[in-house]
Amino acid sequence: MDGIEGASNPMMEEMQANGTGGVDGSPLTSTSRRKNRPIVSGEPLDIEAYAGLYTGRTKIKRLMFIANHCDNPGMQLEALRMAYDEIKRGENTHLYREVVQKIDGRLGPNYAMDAAWCSTIERKAEQRKEKLESELNAYRTNLIKESIRMGYNDFGDFYYAHGALGDAFKSYVRTRDYCTTSKHIIQMCLNAILVSIEMVQFSNVTSYVSKAEQTPEALDPPTVAKLCCAAGLAHLEAKKYKLAARKFLEVGPELGNSYSEVIAPQDVATYGGLCALASFDRTELKNKVIDNINFRDFLELVPEVRELINDFYSSHYASCLEYLGNLKSNLMLDIHLYDLVETLYDQIRNKALIQYTLPFVSVDMRMMADAFKTSVVGLEKELEALITDNQIQARIDSHNKILYARHADQRNATFQRVLQTGNEFDQEVRAMLLRSSLLKYDYNIRALRKH
Amino acid sequence: MNSVEGLVNQIQGLSTTASDVLSLQNLLKQADDSLHAESTRLLPFLDQLDPSKHSLGYLYFLEACTAGPVTKEQAGSYVLMIARFITSCIAEQIRLAPDKFITVCKRFKDQVLLLEEPLRGVAPMLTAIRKLQSSSEHLTALHPEFLLLCLLSRCYKAGLSILEEDVFEVDQPRDLFLFCYYGGMISIGKKWFRKALELLHNVVTAPMSTVNAIAVEAFKKYILVSLIHHGQSPTNLPKYASSVAQRNLKNLCQPYIELANSYSNGKIADIETYVEANKDKFESDNNLGLVKQAVSSMYKRNIQRLTQTYLTLSLQDIANRVQLNSPKEAEMHVLQMIKDGEIYATINQKDGMVRFLEDPEQYKTCEMIEHIDSSIQRLMTLSKKLNGLDELMSCDPLYLLKAGRERQRFDFDDFDNVPQRFNI
Repeated sequence: MDGIEGASNPMMEEMQANGTGGVDGSPLTSTSRRKNRPIVSGEPLDIEAYAGLYTGRTKIKRLMFIANHCDNPGMQLEALRMAYDEIKRGENTHLYREVVQKIDGRLGPNYAMDAAWCSTIERKAEQRKEKLESELNAYRTNLIKESIRMGYNDFGDFYYAHGALGDAFKSYVRTRDYCTTSKHIIQMCLNAILVSIEMVQFSNVTSYVSKAEQTPEALDPPTVAKLCCAAGLAHLEAKKYKLAARKFLEVGPELGNSYSEVIAPQDVATYGGLCALASFDRTELKNKVIDNINFRDFLELVPEVRELINDFYSSHYASCLEYLGNLKSNLMLDIHLYDLVETLYDQIRNKALIQYTLPFVSVDMRMMADAFKTSVVGLEKELEALITDNQIQARIDSHNKILYARHADQRNATFQRVLQTGNEFDQEVRAMLLRSSLLKYDYNIRALRKH
Repeated sequence: MNSVEGLVNQIQGLSTTASDVLSLQNLLKQADDSLHAESTRLLPFLDQLDPSKHSLGYLYFLEACTAGPVTKEQAGSYVLMIARFITSCIAEQIRLAPDKFITVCKRFKDQVLLLEEPLRGVAPMLTAIRKLQSSSEHLTALHPEFLLLCLLSRCYKAGLSILEEDVFEVDQPRDLFLFCYYGGMISIGKKWFRKALELLHNVVTAPMSTVNAIAVEAFKKYILVSLIHHGQSPTNLPKYASSVAQRNLKNLCQPYIELANSYSNGKIADIETYVEANKDKFESDNNLGLVKQAVSSMYKRNIQRLTQTYLTLSLQDIANRVQLNSPKEAEMHVLQMIKDGEIYATINQKDGMVRFLEDPEQYKTCEMIEHIDSSIQRLMTLSKKLNGLDELMSCDPLYLLKAGRERQRFDFDDFDNVPQRFNI
């Protein structure tokens, strides 16, 4: 156990010092890697690098989420500042007001409420809206399908930029009737998916993903990748970890940065890796994650996740759990993952415990407690829960602190079940015959009364 | 008086052959009212009749005699008379007038209770049942009376023979309800919880058009016995229970349902406070003893769960996990459970450790083979009976008529009233 931990540390140092990349040896300068690896274990999140991965509304949302959930006031202010700058570049006055309220004057006079800007934006918005409406009405009277479609599309974009997500969604959906080519349909689906994700209505996401997948002609690889990501996110929110993992693992490397309005490739790696670890069995883990060439590129972006998956597979549980612990604080700042972190971690830990005990007939609980960096008492409690849940077939010898594997005696169990089934059958048939006789009596009485 | 004397003579004369007995029965039926009119003066005439030969006549006289209100002194003599009659009467003769016989026996029970000596009634009532039954599967109106006497006299073992028989034919549903309810209570008294559960289940799931009080009381006991025997209460009645029962029983037994809920949460302190708070309700239903048994069964269940997880465990740990107060109490509980055969374990007093063992039953002995074999035979007989009943039902013209009416109609011929082509 100590030997392995010693080996991983010099590897880490080497990576950071020499600036060489991961196992493939792809050359990366240290600065660009810094940009690609904002979640560095143990260190607080580099907000600028993190925000650089995203564009559009999700960038603002993520920054505000970090500001709300972070304890470090320095990071909070940094996040709010960046959010403010980003919002100012857009047209969403609602979010602007929110962010100004949160800043509360702490960042100085440059970041105070700019009422003039607000009113200008709102006026412009009104004008634009009127213009769009008149254009749309013109197109509608002319009944030109393509123009009507583009009109609704523009409306959707307009509402989205101003934060009216419900109206944006409705507008995008209305283009459906005017879509003529499959490209249009794909565009509509992608827009609808984007708005649904922002609205946190993932049932719509799933339906639009399937709709888009039904038009295979117009699907180019980046779009396919985007749809996989969206589907994966939907499953993640629905807590279907296995399905989410499978979807994320299917994402091709063509994704690149093309879906930065929703998700970054680092996220694909993290979500996919953690969900796979929590829900796959060993064979699936090996085939779909470790041997998956496409996914390897993604894992390069988050080497900690790669390391911890490898550690788990090679049974180095202490270091695996250590990586998990280091990543936790930063994962809690991710808007999709924060409420799922605890569950995923518990599942991964349970899997590790089960996997540890699987090959042995008897296990010394003291050694196991060392391997998992916990006390014997705590370990006993965890094992008890797993045994009661029937995930581990074993018995605890509490006196000597040994775990003994226990394999059910099939023969005895079969006899027991047979006798029990016989008794149940006996009881049920007798009760049934009794009831039928009562019903017959009842029926006879009623027949008598009728006559 | 003349008519009565004449009747006596006729009884004496016509009680020998079966055809005579039938004509006697007609005579008696006609004379029934006049007998009732003279009920107070019939007593001396009874001495002229011999119950073992003139059973039918004696029965009519006896029934008329005991018709009016009875004082305690009269009750004493009546009880003796009826008991002697029951023991010596001829089964075939009394089966010609079952209602009268039942009435007489019920009055017998009332008088025995009036004298506050239920034990005297147990044996005669058992004989009465045996004589009245057409087969051992037949439930008469006397069955519940008998069980009631057993309960009141605490003579549970006598009830055992009756309970062990399977009942398939029922005269009156109300008899069944009472029978199963009393039977359940007797089984609880002897701690045969599986049998009690079966009987109470029959009451609760029996077809009924309105909820009756017997079913409500039975349901309360059913919940408690389920907790003791299975460790969980039935959340929903099975689908074949009547809809009336499914809708209403739970509402009428609210405190018990809540008791079952707090039982399933597993915290002994909670359930004890609940019992304390609702003590009066349980007591007014006479269920307090059963409730206390249910609570103590919780400890047992928790200890049994431990046997699934641990090979050895210290008494202190057991006490902590099961929420007992001290290792000594834990030791007593475990010891009791080992004695009752509910768990297999050894207690090492030196270390204060309990070692849990596997069930030593290996299913290899001759007794076990015989047990399995006899179970198979029993089930095969039962299965044959079920098939027989099914065949009988499918030949029943009323059923065919209904099934024929409801079958799919694809052809003009199908619209006839009586099914001409009945495809099974």
